[in-house]
Amino acid sequence: MSKQRKAIALISGGLDSLLAAKVVQAQGVQVEGINFFTGFCVEGHTHAIRKKDRAKPKRNNALWVAEQLGIKLHIVDIVEEYKAVVFNPKHGYGANLNPCLDCKIFMVRKAHEWILEQGFDFIVTGEVVGQRPMSQRRDTMPVVSRESGSDDLLLRPLCAKNLPLTRPEREGWVNREKLFGFSGRSRKPQMELARSFGFKDYAQPAGGCCFLTDAQYSAKLADLWRARGTKNYEMDDIMLLKVGRHLRPGPNFKLIVSREEGEGNFLQGYRKQFIHLKTLSHPGPLALIDGDPSEPDLELAARLVARFSQGRDSERVELELTDLGGNHRRYAVKPLSAEEIPAEWYL
Amino acid sequence: MNRVIIDARRLLCPMPVILVQNRVAELRPGTLVEAVCTDPGALNDIPAWCRINGHKVRETRSQGDEHIVVLEVGEE
Repeated sequence: MSKQRKAIALISGGLDSLLAAKVVQAQGVQVEGINFFTGFCVEGHTHAIRKKDRAKPKRNNALWVAEQLGIKLHIVDIVEEYKAVVFNPKHGYGANLNPCLDCKIFMVRKAHEWILEQGFDFIVTGEVVGQRPMSQRRDTMPVVSRESGSDDLLLRPLCAKNLPLTRPEREGWVNREKLFGFSGRSRKPQMELARSFGFKDYAQPAGGCCFLTDAQYSAKLADLWRARGTKNYEMDDIMLLKVGRHLRPGPNFKLIVSREEGEGNFLQGYRKQFIHLKTLSHPGPLALIDGDPSEPDLELAARLVARFSQGRDSERVELELTDLGGNHRRYAVKPLSAEEIPAEWYL
Repeated sequence: MNRVIIDARRLLCPMPVILVQNRVAELRPGTLVEAVCTDPGALNDIPAWCRINGHKVRETRSQGDEHIVVLEVGEE
């Protein structure tokens, strides 16, 4: 009797990784899933914060996919290790601060380490030749195999017929004839395959899964690095970039202003780490001040926060500022008009 | 029976799931684990993680802004 072969499938929660795992599973291979948490995963973070969305929490698609497949899912926190990928990607960034090729290499390398530790035989990804401009091109796919160290233990079932033979195919662990030769950006073959497996409800195909592909998010991260004079971040930094309006009136400070109650509640959790402002005379947002503002900067910040309160058309808005020592101070200011806020302050 | 309490307040998914996953890996079958979360998504995600990994959800409840999932560690 032949040995039961085991594969680990990279599960993002999207359609391609669902199908790739299913194709290999259908050939009798025991599949488990692995999902990496970088901190930049889009999933449901903004959804979980905003009050209007909290009543209907978003599902975690990687867990959902694993459940559809009936496989175990290992979720791995790579937040710290991933920083090296974001700070200095060997293959550069994409359109924004997305280091897609280095990211893929890193994740496949982690999966390779995992199969060596756990005694699994090979790695499965949902990559398709020509589907992504950076990480899924004919010339970059061998780079992922080589630089991750996985070499011919990396199987891409959806486009395997367009690629050189891998060890799972050569050894007969999977039948190459039952793999696929998808290529390009069209999603029709995947949708057809999903139908043939009976999958009707899956995450929107080809959706970005990383905040670093988002131009606005990347601009905020680049601003953070500029302001601090170094490429670095902590988990709290990258979470806060997902929340509120970010305005930088000067190089030495910026404001994070909540846009609705859920964001205000979320920012409340950071009050002890930041100087913060709250309106008293009118309903309004909570604002955190990041940086090292001068006294005139604080007055300007108060006028700016007043602008986003329900007192924006009043002559005077009262606010309370709390400094890092927990000391309170009151301001009574005239809100800035829309015209007094330069567009370049908005990050 | 003693419970292992996991404080996942202020963390957004999947961090509560990761905390539960890593703690459960160290525990014996039958141990009760209570995860206290503020992300309401945990009420879906931790039970989903339990279903695919063979653990039993004993209770889910919300108290104000806190969402609590009690699970029993299953046999590996």
